[in-house]
Amino acid sequence: MAADPLSRVFSALADPTRRDIVARLAVGDATVNELAAPYDVTVQAVSKHLKVLEDAGLVSRSREAQRRPVHLEANVFDLMTKWIERYRRQAEERYRRLDDVLRSLPDRAVPHPPADPPPQEGTSS
Amino acid sequence: MTSTSNRTRHHETQILADPDVPLVRIIREFDAPPEKVFRAHTDADLLVRWLGPRATQMRIDSFDCRTGGSYRYVHTHDGEEYGFHGCFHEVRPNELIVQTFTFEGFPEGVALEKLVLEDLGDGRTRLTATSLVDSFEGRDAFLASGMDVGVNEGYERLDEVLAGN
Repeated sequence: MAADPLSRVFSALADPTRRDIVARLAVGDATVNELAAPYDVTVQAVSKHLKVLEDAGLVSRSREAQRRPVHLEANVFDLMTKWIERYRRQAEERYRRLDDVLRSLPDRAVPHPPADPPPQEGTSS
Repeated sequence: MTSTSNRTRHHETQILADPDVPLVRIIREFDAPPEKVFRAHTDADLLVRWLGPRATQMRIDSFDCRTGGSYRYVHTHDGEEYGFHGCFHEVRPNELIVQTFTFEGFPEGVALEKLVLEDLGDGRTRLTATSLVDSFEGRDAFLASGMDVGVNEGYERLDEVLAGN
């Protein structure tokens, strides 16, 4: 399950606590204890979350330092920013084509939207 | 919160990926009144002229844009067909379209899409398109889909943009 890196990132970020941890690490490195402080969970639970984030390549922990602060891998954010920028870019290209379509429409277009033509069965008077 | 607004010139598309709910929101203004923007979304002949990615062919199998109606269209890219379908849940002329959206390659997945048109006066309209899915993985996959679906020629230009920022 979740073998490819992208899927691991997706599932790691699917959890609100883990997203919050990532958001806090974006400000600066922190120890497990510091990270656990604001939550109503044990340090062990936070460690589990960190393991998931670590396996997804989102964070790293230095082996040497005694405090072993958790560090956010910035390239992951680049990835997310890239996705969003590409998505935005696609939408922008689409809407520029829509701009052209809108320009080509006559000003006094149909008075009502193109609904189904009313069935004209029999005429009254 | 992740929002990008690139205001190089006139109406740049804005994207918002909500941190708390798995949705993506697109905001864009148009120099056309809501009636025209609405028409371009509901008239199949107009829709094919702008909706599909440039490198793909778009074929509309059915398109009945009214409350309770449904649609299906197919994008063809490099000989591969990608089908999409859904239902129109609520259609209010010149104001609102609520619909479902399913990529047939992942038929159990569905997005709930809401298109709101706001009359800004002076023949201008603000469009807000919101897509809501049922998981953050789904939402992120949705965003990531731009990576491989029909963006061939956009890639190079985009990479330049990304490199430049």
